[in-house]
Amino acid sequence: MSTPAQPIEKVCIIISKGSLEGVYPGLIMANGARMEGIEASIFFTFFGLDAIIKKRMNNLKVATVGNPAMHMPTVFGAIPGMSSFATSMMKKEMEKIDIPPVGEFLTMIHDSGAEIYACRATVDMFHLKAEDFCPEMDGVISVGQFYEKAAGGQIIFT
Amino acid sequence: METAILAGKTLALDADGNLANRNDWNEEIAKEIAAVEGIPELTSQHWAVINFMRAVFDKEGDSPSIRRLTKESGVDTKTLYQLFPKGPAKRAARIAGLPKPKGCI
Repeated sequence: MSTPAQPIEKVCIIISKGSLEGVYPGLIMANGARMEGIEASIFFTFFGLDAIIKKRMNNLKVATVGNPAMHMPTVFGAIPGMSSFATSMMKKEMEKIDIPPVGEFLTMIHDSGAEIYACRATVDMFHLKAEDFCPEMDGVISVGQFYEKAAGGQIIFT
Repeated sequence: METAILAGKTLALDADGNLANRNDWNEEIAKEIAAVEGIPELTSQHWAVINFMRAVFDKEGDSPSIRRLTKESGVDTKTLYQLFPKGPAKRAARIAGLPKPKGCI
């Protein structure tokens, strides 16, 4: 007899990329976890940090170069303005299905009880300061602290 | 089909355990479902969410997203999670006698 699968109680999501399509899946999964009553935290690292930097969070762009799923030749993707165009198209479609802009989404996720952390190594590497971040950021933590916080949960790397 | 006895009536449930027929629902039933879900008393804020969800469902055929709940029901995200711990959209839909919301947001 098989035992029934244990429901997931906690997820720790790592967002490591700073493109629009690199950031949203993690945000959607964190928000979705909270909607299901699952404990959630997000750890932003490397270029993923752009999503919690005040000046950059609402200006993330879709990568139109080096992305075969854009279904356009690389030279088209490299035309000036192409990334902005693709980004505005995608944002329009997201708004239609009620996916908020990054800043609003982070507030929503934070209000739902999820915790938001920045990676210590990246913050040091890019010489970032506390005031560069959105107010939802709960702290700058090391990898070790991240693993401590992740105890008992599932880690999802995006 | 699963059934549950709510407010003295035997009612059909869908695969998720929500009411199968929206017309079976009334406020007494909502209170009983809420009690099972660990919400002993429905406050005016709970009712604001429940009534908003039912109104949206009647018009659009699906429950509103958390974002819409937050923007349009008059209850903010933090409060929403306090009112319906362990998953506001799903819990509120069940108490409102609606199917589980289809959306991801």
